[in-house]
Amino acid sequence: MIAVVKTLVHLAAALPLVWLYYGAITDAIGADPVERVIHFTGIGALNILLISLAITPLAKRFKQPVLLKFRRLLGLWAFTYAALHLLNFLFFELQFDWRLFIDEVIDRPYITVGMFAFAILLPLAVTSLGKIKRKMGKSWQQLHNWVYIAAVAIWVHFYWSIKSDIYEPGLYAIALVWLLSLRKDRIRRWLFKRS
Amino acid sequence: MLIKSKKSYQLTENDVTNEQVYVNRRQLLKSMGYIGAGTLLSQSVARSASAAPLDFWGSSDDKAFSQQALNFKKAQPTEELLTPEAKVTSHNNFYEFGLDKSDPARNSQGLRVNPWQLTVSGEVSKPITLDYDDLFKKFPLEERIYRLRCVEAWSMVVPWIGFSLADLIKQAEPTAKAKYVAFETLYDPEQMPGQRSRRIGGGIDYPYVEGLRLDEAMNSLTMLSVGLYGKTLPPQNGAPIRLVVPWKYGFKSIKSIVSIRLVEKMPPTTWNILAPNEYGFYANVNPEVSHPRWSQASERRITTGGLFARNRIATLPFNGYGEEVAHLYKNMDLARYY
Repeated sequence: MIAVVKTLVHLAAALPLVWLYYGAITDAIGADPVERVIHFTGIGALNILLISLAITPLAKRFKQPVLLKFRRLLGLWAFTYAALHLLNFLFFELQFDWRLFIDEVIDRPYITVGMFAFAILLPLAVTSLGKIKRKMGKSWQQLHNWVYIAAVAIWVHFYWSIKSDIYEPGLYAIALVWLLSLRKDRIRRWLFKRS
Repeated sequence: MLIKSKKSYQLTENDVTNEQVYVNRRQLLKSMGYIGAGTLLSQSVARSASAAPLDFWGSSDDKAFSQQALNFKKAQPTEELLTPEAKVTSHNNFYEFGLDKSDPARNSQGLRVNPWQLTVSGEVSKPITLDYDDLFKKFPLEERIYRLRCVEAWSMVVPWIGFSLADLIKQAEPTAKAKYVAFETLYDPEQMPGQRSRRIGGGIDYPYVEGLRLDEAMNSLTMLSVGLYGKTLPPQNGAPIRLVVPWKYGFKSIKSIVSIRLVEKMPPTTWNILAPNEYGFYANVNPEVSHPRWSQASERRITTGGLFARNRIATLPFNGYGEEVAHLYKNMDLARYY
């Protein structure tokens, strides 16, 4: 049963990407396919990350520990979307202009923050393997708490990239603050009582 | 007046085939039902908070604005590849109709452009009111192929049809006090959902206002456009009449104009009010002066081709129109007056 649901989750995450890139390559999704793939994967990463952050509170609230089996899966899909978001920007927007890429990461605060978030997500994704997780023991959780900081950074990156709209980032802010407030004790302990 | 020598800005038309191929393929895809699915997909995720969430199943085709063919003097052929018409009319920043670039084409098709009144007033001896028909008849129309550079670092090449703003201003006889020109977009919240709702319109104070210095307005490049690709403008491109200032970022080229006022003092401009550190009054295309969030050194030219089109090009000072306009800013520090 869990395997079936997991397959469905994989399909739900992968199929939009198939549609997206098929449409983008054939120039059939709007006038600027580059902008479209960048926005789609970026917002997708944020959406999936927020869903993955909702898993633990939902499992607790409804006493369904089985939900926790989907946490890693969703986290990895959030990472995949984020990685595609970055690669889309580098490949299609900047068209492999590495110098421009480095300049942009340094000069544009919203891109700096986005790269910071990605730099957090990368080790989280790498250490999600069962073997590594067991080896890391307690420090695994310490490392993975950084996801809260990544989530805030991703929101800042999103908000900063928008010219004037406040409603869409506002809705995401509410969702994020709510999800973080559900674990405020844990976050406080982690941030202030580490030494 | 006959134009004798070909200047750098007098780009010309070519690649009609290219556009045709593009349009045909789009129609083919449409008939296969693909575009519907693609739009649905992008709507569901990419624009969750944008306009018309209930418009999900509606096809934009069933309420298309009707464009009319225009009589005009055609531009000379050009080397530059025109942006396909379908892209020019579906990729628009017109926040009165929504924030997503595909929103204006979807939400503006019902705009009533006839009757229309455009007034020229303020510091002039002979105020003018143009009715809808006057927009197309008062001055001989000519086609001009201009590059359009958006502050977001993408660009297009568009065959506009219209006339020089200078011709209109001269007819109104500006007084000695006239130093600037202030423009205003139609304010009609009933027709423009972005003016009704802060959510759809991005929290901008409407009506949209823009301005030029009088000498910028009188430059022969500065154009009032009433059409593109041989036809009247569709609403998403600023029907029935808009400004085109090709050496400035696109947001200077105000759409659906109802008022042109000649004034003594520098008029307020919408994006400058919103974020003065990001959008100056002049907004000249300048690869040296970055927008805080976008490098302006290069741009992506939107032409044909999908994701893999290699189309990043260097941005030129004054968008390549320096020869015609650089003298307007001779003694100005353009990093300060951006």
